[in-house]
Amino acid sequence: MAPPKSDLPQGTLDLLILKVIALGPVHGYAIAQRLEQVSRGVVQVPEGSLYPALHRLENRGLLAADWKETETGREAKFYRLTRKGLKQLKTETADWQRLIYGIGLILQMADGGAE
Amino acid sequence: MIWWKRLWRRRQMEAQLEKELSFHLEQHTSQLIGRGIPPDEARRQARLALGGPEQVKEKCRDARGTRWLEDLLLDTRYALRTFRQKPGFTVVGLLILSLGIGATTVMFAVINSVLLRPLSYPEPDRLVSLRGFTEAFGELWGCSNLDFGDVKRESQTLALAAWTYGGGTISEPGEPEYVNGRQISAELFSTLGISPLPGRAFRLDEDRPGAAAVVMISYGLWQRDFGGQPNAIGSALVYDGKTYTVVGIAPAGFQLDGEADVFTPLEQRQDTDPRMQNRAARFLRVMARLRPGFGLAEARAELALIARHLAEEYPKSNAGLSMIPYPLEKELVGDVGSTLWLLLCAVGLVLLIACVNIANLLLARAVSRERELAIRVALGAGRGRLARQCLTESAILGVGGGLLGVVLAFVSIHPFVAFWPGSLPRAEEVHLDWRVLVFAVGTSLLSGLLFGLAPALRIPMRGVEQTLRAGARSIAGSSRRLHSAFVISEIALAVVLLVSAGMLGHTLLALSSLDPGFNLHNVMAAHFALSPGTLANPGKVREAWQDVLDRARRVPGVESVALADIIPMRKGENSVPYWTTATPPPPDQEPIALASCVTPGYLKVMGIPLRQGRFFNEHDRIGSEPVVVVDENLAQHAFGSKDAVGKRIWIPAMGTTPALVVGIVGHVRQWGLAADDQSRVRDQMYYPFAQVPAPLLHFFSSIMSFAARTTIPPLNVVEPLSRELRGVAGDQALYEVHTMEQLVSASLARQRFLLLLFGVFAGLALLLACIGIYGVLAYLTGQRVPEIGVRMTLGAKPLDVMRLVLGESLVMICVGVGVGIVAALAAGRILNRLVEGMRPADLSTFAITIPVLVIAALFASFVPARRASRVDPVSALRQQ
Repeated sequence: MAPPKSDLPQGTLDLLILKVIALGPVHGYAIAQRLEQVSRGVVQVPEGSLYPALHRLENRGLLAADWKETETGREAKFYRLTRKGLKQLKTETADWQRLIYGIGLILQMADGGAE
Repeated sequence: MIWWKRLWRRRQMEAQLEKELSFHLEQHTSQLIGRGIPPDEARRQARLALGGPEQVKEKCRDARGTRWLEDLLLDTRYALRTFRQKPGFTVVGLLILSLGIGATTVMFAVINSVLLRPLSYPEPDRLVSLRGFTEAFGELWGCSNLDFGDVKRESQTLALAAWTYGGGTISEPGEPEYVNGRQISAELFSTLGISPLPGRAFRLDEDRPGAAAVVMISYGLWQRDFGGQPNAIGSALVYDGKTYTVVGIAPAGFQLDGEADVFTPLEQRQDTDPRMQNRAARFLRVMARLRPGFGLAEARAELALIARHLAEEYPKSNAGLSMIPYPLEKELVGDVGSTLWLLLCAVGLVLLIACVNIANLLLARAVSRERELAIRVALGAGRGRLARQCLTESAILGVGGGLLGVVLAFVSIHPFVAFWPGSLPRAEEVHLDWRVLVFAVGTSLLSGLLFGLAPALRIPMRGVEQTLRAGARSIAGSSRRLHSAFVISEIALAVVLLVSAGMLGHTLLALSSLDPGFNLHNVMAAHFALSPGTLANPGKVREAWQDVLDRARRVPGVESVALADIIPMRKGENSVPYWTTATPPPPDQEPIALASCVTPGYLKVMGIPLRQGRFFNEHDRIGSEPVVVVDENLAQHAFGSKDAVGKRIWIPAMGTTPALVVGIVGHVRQWGLAADDQSRVRDQMYYPFAQVPAPLLHFFSSIMSFAARTTIPPLNVVEPLSRELRGVAGDQALYEVHTMEQLVSASLARQRFLLLLFGVFAGLALLLACIGIYGVLAYLTGQRVPEIGVRMTLGAKPLDVMRLVLGESLVMICVGVGVGIVAALAAGRILNRLVEGMRPADLSTFAITIPVLVIAALFASFVPARRASRVDPVSALRQQ
C-alpha cells in the first residue's frame, strides 16, 4: 500500500507554484506534473486548486501569461514569473526556511529533554 | 491587466479559461492513454483528478478579483427581470419610496441651504454679530451708536460695522415710491467682504454728519428706476426730500434682515435722529469680522474688558451691560432651525414607514421564493452570495425610488419655500446641490438596505432539506412573527405622527380661541409716509398729521382713525424702563414696559377695553402735564392692588418729569397669540403723540403707523384712503397694509404651518400603515387557506373565520398602539420644547386620534378577513 499523502500546509501551494515557474515558462498541466514528480508523491497537490491559484497569482501581478505553442503544436497558456513574483519567491522561501529551522530547533530540544 | 479591462474582456477570458482547462484534460488523458489505460477510462480519471470543471471555473473566476462586479451586473439584470415580471409590485414600491425620499430630500435641501451651508460672504466663519446682555433684559440685539463708536475705536480683534433700519419716499426718478432703506456705516461692505458692482462703497469721510449726500441703491432699484444703466452712478436720487448722488449698486440679493433699496451713510443720521447721541438707545445692529490672527475666544475676552470699562465710565446707561460676539450664521437663521429639524424628523418617520411597507412586500415575496432559494443553496450557492443578490434587488428598488424622489424634490422645492410662513431666511439660496444629492442617494441606499435586510436574513441555510421536502405546501408560519413585528412598528410610527398632529391641532385651537386683548375685526393698519416736504419743516408736522386724520375720517366706511408707532403683533417695538419713584433702582433691576405712542382715537380703533380712568383726549398736548395710560399688568406689577390712576411713574427715556397715570386699559397680546405669555416684557403703557417734544417729531413721523376701524371690510377702504391721503404734492403713501385679522393669524403661522405638514405626514403615515396591514393580512390569510379549509370542514362558520382573522389583526393593532403611545408621549415632549404655546398631550388628543387609526386599520383588515370567510372548503383542501 502506498504511504498516505500529506495535505499541503495552508499557503504553501503558492510558494511551490512560484518555485516551479521560476525554472522557466511553463503551462498549467506541466506545473501539476512537475509538482507531482518533484515531491515524489509525498505531497498531495489537488489539481482543482491549481488553476484558481494560478489565476490568483496572475491577478496579483506575480505571474504573467502568454499563449504559445507547445512542442506538439497545441496552443497553451504559459506562465512566467514577473519581477515582483521573483521577489515574492525569494522572501517567501527565506520565510519558509526560517520557519523550518525554528520548528526544527524546538523539536530537537524536545528530544533532548526526553533523554 | 487592469480590472476594468478584465471586466470588459469577460467573454474572451471565459473562452481562454475553457481552453486552458480542456488543454489540461487532454494532456492528462493522452498521458494516461500512453500508459495503456483505455481512452474512456483515461478521460474519466483525468476529470476526477481535476475535479468538477464548473467548480474549478467558478473558483478561477473568484480569483480574478472582479467577481463582485460581475455578480453585481448579473444580479442587477436578474432584479430588473423580476421587477418587470411584477410591474404592480414595482410601481407601488417605487411610488411609496419616491414620495418618502422626495419629501425627505426637500426638507434636507432646505436645512442644507439655511442651516448647513456657509454664508455667501468670503470667510463666513470669521463674521460675528455683536449683542448686548444684561441680567434684567437678557439678550439685546442692538447697540447704541456711542458704544459702537467706542468699541470700534478700541477693539484690536474685531473690525466693526453697523447698520440700522430706515425707509423713505423716493420722489425722483420715477413715480413717488416708498422703499425700505438701511443706514450703514462706511465699513459695512468691506467687513462683509463684498464690493458694489458697479460703483463703490461709502468712503470713511462720507460717513460723517454734514458730508456730501451720497447713496447706494439695490440691484432691484437700479433695474427699476435706472434701467440697469451704468450711468446711474453719479446721477441724482431724491429720497425723503433730499437730493443724493448715487455712488454704488449693492450686489443682487444683498440683504440686511430683509431686502432694502436705499443705503445711506449712518453718521449722516446725526442731523435728524437724537438717538445717535444717546448711549441708552440701542438701535444699531453691529457686525464684525475677526481680524487676522484672532479667534472668537480672544474677541469675547476683549469685548468683556471694553464693556467693563464702558460700564465704569457710563454707569447710568451701561451698568451690567456685557457685549458678546456670536457667529453671524446663527444670527441670520434665528429659530427656524428647530422647525426645520422637527419637519425632517417627521418626514423621516414617514420614510421609515414606507421602508417597513416595502420590507413587508419583499419579505412576502422572499417567503414564496423560499423553495427556489433552497434549491440554489442545495446546488452550492453561498449564503453571502444569495444575501447579496437580495440586497442588490432592494438597493435597485431604493435607487430607483431615490431617482424619482430627487425629481420630485426638484419640482416641489420652490413651491415649498414659497409656502413657508413669513420669510424663510436665506430662502433665495435654497436649491439642490451635490450635498443634497449625496443625501438623497445615501437615503435611498440606506432605505434599500433597510427593507432588503429582512428577506436577506431569511435565506435558508439549515433545514434546506425540510424546505425542499415541504414542496408546494405552505410555510407561512415561519415569517409570521416578522410580519407582525413590521405591522406593529408601522402602527406605532403612525400613532406618533397622528398624536403629534393632534397635539398641534389642539394647540392651534386653544391658541386661536385666546383673547388677543383687542377687537381684531374690521381694523386695518399701515405704515404711512408724510410728504418729505412737510418733514423738512418741523413746525408743520403736527398739522400735517392732524390733516391726515381729519381727511381719513371723511372716507366712507371709516369709523374711527388713529396713529400709533407700534401695532400689536407686527414687527417693531419700543421697550423702556420705568419706576414709581424719582430715584431709580440700579439700572439692571428696573422693570420694563412696552411704550406705544398713540393718538386719542387708538383705544376705539383697536377696541381695547378701558378698565379705569380715561384715555387721552385733545387736552393732553405739549405743555400740559405729561400723562400715560397703563395696562392692567403694569398697574398690578407697579402698584399692586392699589388704585393706579392718579399715581405717577418715572420714565427715564422720556425725561425727568414723571407722568401721571390717567387710565388703565386691558392687556394686549402684543407679541402674538402664542408668544405673549412667554415674552419678557409683559407690561404696557401708552403715551400721547401730542406730547412728543418738537425736536423728536421728525423721527417719530418716520415710524408712525396709521390705523382705522371700518364699517366695511377693511381692505376695501385702502384704495379710497390712499387717494384721499396723497397730499398736496401727491407724494404721501400708505404702505405695508395689514388687517388686524391678518396679523393675528400670522402670529400663529408657524403653528399652523407645522400642523398642516404634520397633518399631511400623519395622513400619509396612516395610509401607508393601512396598506401595510392590508398587505400582510392578505398574504398571511392567503397562506392559511388550507388551514381555514380544514376548520370550515370541521364546522367553523364564516363568521368564526372572520373573527379569527380580525382578532389576529386586532392584536397587532393593539400592541402597535401601545408602543406608539409611549413613543408619542416622548415626541410630545420634544414638540413642547420647540413650539411656542404648545399644549401638552392630553387625553382628548389620544381619544380623537387613536380611534381614527384603529378604525382605519380594522377597515384595512376587513377585506382579507371577508375573503378568508368565503373560502370554499373543498377547493381549499384540494389546494393542498
